[in-house]
Amino acid sequence: MRTKRLVHPGAWWLWAAGLATAGIATSNPLLLLALCTLSVVVATQRGHRHVASTTILGFVKIAVFVVTVRIVIQVLFGQRSPGHTLFTIPSVTLPSWLAGVSLGGPVTTEALLTALQGGLKLAVILLAFGAANALASPRDLLRSMPGVFHEVAVAITVALCFTPELMASVRRLHEARRLRGRPTRGIAGMRGILVPALEDALESATMLAASMGSRGFGRSIGHASTPRLNRGLVITGVLIVIVGGYGVLASDSTVPVPIPVSLLGLVLVSVGVIRSHRRAARTRYRRASFTLAAGLIGLLGWIPAASFWVLSRLGAAGIQWSASPLSPPPISPWGLLAIAVSGAVLFVAPAPVEYGRVPQRGTTLVEAHG
Amino acid sequence: MIRFSSFGFRYEPNSPWIVRDLDVEVLDGELLVVIGPTGSGKSTVLRAIDGLIPHFSGGEMLGDVTIAGYSIREATPTDLAGIVGYVGQNPVQSFVTDRVEDEIAYAMENLGITAVTMRRRVEDVLDVLNLHEVRNEQLRSLSGGQQQRVAIAAVLAASPRVLVLDEPTSALDPGSAEEVLSALTRLVHDVGLTVVIAEHRLERVLPFADRVMALTPEGVTLGRPADIMEHSRIAPPIVELGRIAQWKPLPVSVREARRMAGPLVERLAPLRPPPALAVTGSTVATMNVVSLRYGQTPALVDVSWDLAGGTITALMGRNGSGKTSLLNLLSGMRAPSTGTLLVDGHDPKSMKASERIASVGLVPQDPGTLLYCQSVAQECETADREHGLAAGSTWAELEKLDAILEASRHPRDLSEGQRLQLALAVVLAARPDLLLLDEPTRGLDYEAKWSLCCQLTGLRDQGVAILLSTHDVELAASIADHTVVLAGGEIIAGGETRDVVRQTPAFAPQVSKVLSPEPWLSVHEIRAALEASS
Repeated sequence: MRTKRLVHPGAWWLWAAGLATAGIATSNPLLLLALCTLSVVVATQRGHRHVASTTILGFVKIAVFVVTVRIVIQVLFGQRSPGHTLFTIPSVTLPSWLAGVSLGGPVTTEALLTALQGGLKLAVILLAFGAANALASPRDLLRSMPGVFHEVAVAITVALCFTPELMASVRRLHEARRLRGRPTRGIAGMRGILVPALEDALESATMLAASMGSRGFGRSIGHASTPRLNRGLVITGVLIVIVGGYGVLASDSTVPVPIPVSLLGLVLVSVGVIRSHRRAARTRYRRASFTLAAGLIGLLGWIPAASFWVLSRLGAAGIQWSASPLSPPPISPWGLLAIAVSGAVLFVAPAPVEYGRVPQRGTTLVEAHG
Repeated sequence: MIRFSSFGFRYEPNSPWIVRDLDVEVLDGELLVVIGPTGSGKSTVLRAIDGLIPHFSGGEMLGDVTIAGYSIREATPTDLAGIVGYVGQNPVQSFVTDRVEDEIAYAMENLGITAVTMRRRVEDVLDVLNLHEVRNEQLRSLSGGQQQRVAIAAVLAASPRVLVLDEPTSALDPGSAEEVLSALTRLVHDVGLTVVIAEHRLERVLPFADRVMALTPEGVTLGRPADIMEHSRIAPPIVELGRIAQWKPLPVSVREARRMAGPLVERLAPLRPPPALAVTGSTVATMNVVSLRYGQTPALVDVSWDLAGGTITALMGRNGSGKTSLLNLLSGMRAPSTGTLLVDGHDPKSMKASERIASVGLVPQDPGTLLYCQSVAQECETADREHGLAAGSTWAELEKLDAILEASRHPRDLSEGQRLQLALAVVLAARPDLLLLDEPTRGLDYEAKWSLCCQLTGLRDQGVAILLSTHDVELAASIADHTVVLAGGEIIAGGETRDVVRQTPAFAPQVSKVLSPEPWLSVHEIRAALEASS
């Protein structure tokens, strides 16, 4: 018998949300870089070999692209703030009917660093959720969703299938156009591909819905319907949490006693979820229960964000950094320590189990897509 | 078990009925094969058993269908989930999850089966369909045969009493098809499952059938395979052979036929099959130690082969053996990792598009992807314009293929066979010297397949080099001059078809299995030889 311990997918998403929040809470590029590295390392070490590396690699590419675009935009259109000029590009002032924006001009080190800083913040968020994607596929997460969110889960499942199906269809049509010696670039090329690709993808979505239906999906809803009360509890709870959360985060808000309000919301949501859960007629195959380890993983993800928040409040240096006046970003031992503690998930989460695999045959992937 | 009472169906009011006045009963625990030409309503009958018709299709329904006492007028596919398992033509589109095990468990989760029972049933179906090795794989990375088996396992796990399969072997190589069908037969015998299969490739399913339901424009007949084959216009080679030799009752399996074959073998003893066509055309394409890798995984390894004008070559091999990769190289969609590959003396990858289509044309597995206009006429005009041809050239090409298509119809509304003809005409209008076809007989009924054979032999006589990648051994045996077998990206056998396909039973056509070790491959060469001798 296998002794594979499954980590609840929710644990990884909670962990990733913590890292992303930490990325928002700090502006020190060194800490941001450390967060990026942590996401990638955990994803590759604790995800399934074949899926995780390709998934996270895709997200790394997107992150690099985002950072680059951010810098390029800064160079071309950025505000010209005073500082140390690095180089100057020819400047053009657009005519007034184009809002009189000026392009180009002197590019300062400060401006570049600020752009890099902003880009890195986005990169942390992207990589954290990339890691969550690699560690627990969103479909796994949806399967573990409580009954109250059932309809939402269906919509998301179909949407999740729609995108790859659309991409595969575009690729197939693109090849077919090339076979006929047709232009595949430009608007004309795209129009010829996009419409039939959308048709294909829609057809697939319908087939998927039919397949889900004929395999009994939605029975639990029909027979043991989620009572309105549960749904009402959850929706009200979520709304209260949003209001309370805004009160906690925005310092100048007018929400009275934000923390108790948030807690009240959370209680309502929990009651709704637990009540509906008792009634669910569905069962789970190899259900990953939310164990102590899963809770610990989720908790570890929030250590950096919490530490950054506390350190900032205490006025500790190194969490926040600004490019002007120009100075090297400080090394924050406490900040780095918090991130390292978060990396302890590597010891908490079990290594992924690889089953006896047949040697990969070269063309299966290609032929599977026709 | 399943009763159709005066069942009729059409999608739109005022359009012709797809099925009408169907009154049949499918018995408990039988394996029923539904046959009929394209458009005869096979899929409609199958989808009605699962309640997908009328609940997911809309349309107008007459009469009723009851499954284990449930009427599809009331019961939806969801209600029938524990009773009927439906596997559609394209298994990939039915997958809800990412992983094999999750997919198998999906229906059981919905039915609220306890976790312990689920674990046991998953193990059981993994055994039955031989999927242990891939239990934790991503569904998309599996080969076609494995995906088909997962789709069957996924509905089987819910332990339905009826299993409905729409063309379960059309995408499979002979070996995988055999595996799937024997797994089904085992289920019919062991647990009394009722199985309904629609299939064009009769030679594969007929030996397993208890009864056959033939849907024809004249009406519906239901009976034992041999009785139905007596009058059926659609028949596998073995039945046609039986008709020539006047065997009674008609055999439907190789075993039965071999027992009756003695007199025929004697009659054929003094005769010889026609000699292989001498290669007269010049070499159109050459491959010299060509290899292709996707990342680390090799797709083709040291392939060397030449294709001459005026010959038809069949490319065979398991799902995932590199056939599609080879077609991609020859059509210039990809460049080889190492080695040289020339078509008309040039590298197809670096040719200009206009030159390339005049050298090599590929009809992909789904010919519909090549078509994108609103009507047949428009499609022809666009092809003329793109290829810089005189107006009407593509239409003329279509007429040369003896295709009877309404000019105003939308390509989407054509039958599989007609779509293939249109795609073929579009490709041929540029007059390529090398014609590549990927799995051309998928979804074609016997009639459409026969007309494709005539068209291809006609093109061969005009000097075109043709390479067709196919799982259809009967097609290869009846028209290919040469056959190449790929395994793991390597050529493991290549040469004259008569020699190659008789080497192993997996790739041997039915006629050859019945008459081996005699060298005959197809019914039409036997018929021709007998007629010439008398």
